[in-house]
Amino acid sequence: MSKAIYGGTLFAALVLAASLLLPEASSAQRNSRVERGRYLVEAMGCADCHTPFRLGPNGPEPDVERGLSGHPAELVMPPAPRLEPGPWLVVSSGTNTAWSGPWGVSFTSNLTPDEETGIGKWTLENFSAAMRTGRHLGAGRAILPPMPWQAVSKLTDDDLAAIFEYLKSRPPVPNRVPEPIAPRG
Amino acid sequence: MLVRGERGVLTKLAWPALLLASCAKAVDPSALPLFLSETGLYADVAGKRIAAGVVAYEPQYPLWSDGATKRRWIRLPEGGAVDAHDPDDWRFPVGTRLWKEFSLGRRVETRYMEKLADGSWRRLVFVWDADESDARLAPEAGLPAVAKSADGAPYDVPSRADCALCHSHGDGVLGFSALQLSDDRDPLAPHASASNPATLTELTRLGLLRDLPADCLEQPPRIDAATPRERAVLGYLHTNCGSCHRADGLLAPLGLVLEARPGEDSSEYESGLRSNDGRHLRPGAPDESLLWARMSTRTPSAQMPPLATHRVDSAALELVGAWIREDLVPTDTRTDFRP
Ligand code: HEC
Repeated sequence: MSKAIYGGTLFAALVLAASLLLPEASSAQRNSRVERGRYLVEAMGCADCHTPFRLGPNGPEPDVERGLSGHPAELVMPPAPRLEPGPWLVVSSGTNTAWSGPWGVSFTSNLTPDEETGIGKWTLENFSAAMRTGRHLGAGRAILPPMPWQAVSKLTDDDLAAIFEYLKSRPPVPNRVPEPIAPRG
Repeated sequence: MLVRGERGVLTKLAWPALLLASCAKAVDPSALPLFLSETGLYADVAGKRIAAGVVAYEPQYPLWSDGATKRRWIRLPEGGAVDAHDPDDWRFPVGTRLWKEFSLGRRVETRYMEKLADGSWRRLVFVWDADESDARLAPEAGLPAVAKSADGAPYDVPSRADCALCHSHGDGVLGFSALQLSDDRDPLAPHASASNPATLTELTRLGLLRDLPADCLEQPPRIDAATPRERAVLGYLHTNCGSCHRADGLLAPLGLVLEARPGEDSSEYESGLRSNDGRHLRPGAPDESLLWARMSTRTPSAQMPPLATHRVDSAALELVGAWIREDLVPTDTRTDFRP
């Protein structure tokens, strides 16, 4: 009986000690992964398209409050201008979040962890498979230009996981990005 | 052009060269069959005589393939049987082979899958020669626009990656299941052939199923539905949407489940759509229902399914439209909808 209690206490003490030590190590690891993710996201220019620009005192600047939240839902775009036949092919909005080209109109996605409108419900598998296959969520429709998924697909599994973890660590911004618009017939 | 009886040096050299370029990293191409006639489907490919031990089957809810007519066969290894103890998750023995032939006026392609010794599936596509003398292995990336379907739409041979996209859950086989081969066949299922030579009863008689629960024969699996039309709709969605729109897998975050699975009683299948939150359906108004709208377009960024089709399935669209218009009970709040 007392042996059992003693054993139980010892076990509990060990678990406690382990639980004090382990999260320390894993949260440090996690932090460094998140940092790695931030580094990649910043260096690869994800915000160029996924953070809406606004006009600041010195010209267009990223709207940091809406960091990585994609095309603002309230910015309803008029029909894209028709381009004369010729070498001009693509038009973008001043926010850099809406793009018109031969594929129709695409709007950059909300990459914040909002549950309903962002990547809150995504798993790492969704993110990695989307970047590797060029399909929405890794299994749906083709991801449209100008999303450079072919370039992102060159990253290692670890780097994709780091990006995903960084995106998930950021504040959620509710913003329902519109569905893409089909090319004019 | 392939000359019968002289198939050899030249044709056999050209294809491996192409294949080496396309799939060198994935598989050793020398290990792959280069012609359909090497896969064991035919006793005699010229006469199209099917080999002994190959069993034809017809799922009750076929997949829409832009109007192509299809024939399907399975062959289990000598003495092998499908482990059918879980009606929702049949497991196939190593050495199992399945074929599906697609015709648009003439044979276009035959898809083939074979379970390898390590338990993985090899999935290949063979494209028929114009004279239908034999079919040749298609490259890993598939072949776009090898034929035209009824109204001139291009017909593509899928890439191996696209095959894996849908054949991704359970043991990776889609049309050969307890529900699909049930003796209780849905008479309203779009594009289905009236009879199935390989019902659960027949497969049991042939000794090809192991541990099939007895109630699958006594009370054959069927989809639980409020009306006969609803049953056909839920079955159609199960096949055409439910291999991706599932409670598990990559599309789980969407919260739209269109597959049907056995309920408490393994003969009554319950479609995930019955507990849907209503976002995708507006009772009485098909064109305000996202589910119907996605079926009604072939704009690549909006169409459903997103791959393997360039033509709307108008018969199914009509069926689903009538179901939304007439069978669904409008409720006050859209989010409270239950079919
Ligand atoms: C040149 C502009 C551009 C850049 C740079 C860019 N994206 Fe995108 N991204 C887009 C657009 C446009 C879409 C929406 C495409 C669509 O709707 O098909 C998108 C969609 C996505 C999606 C959603 C995919 C899905 O499955 O629906 C993810 C995730 C994503 N981007 C991540 C990133 C990451 C990570 C980076 C940086 C490495 C990045 N993007 C850089 C334009 C861009």
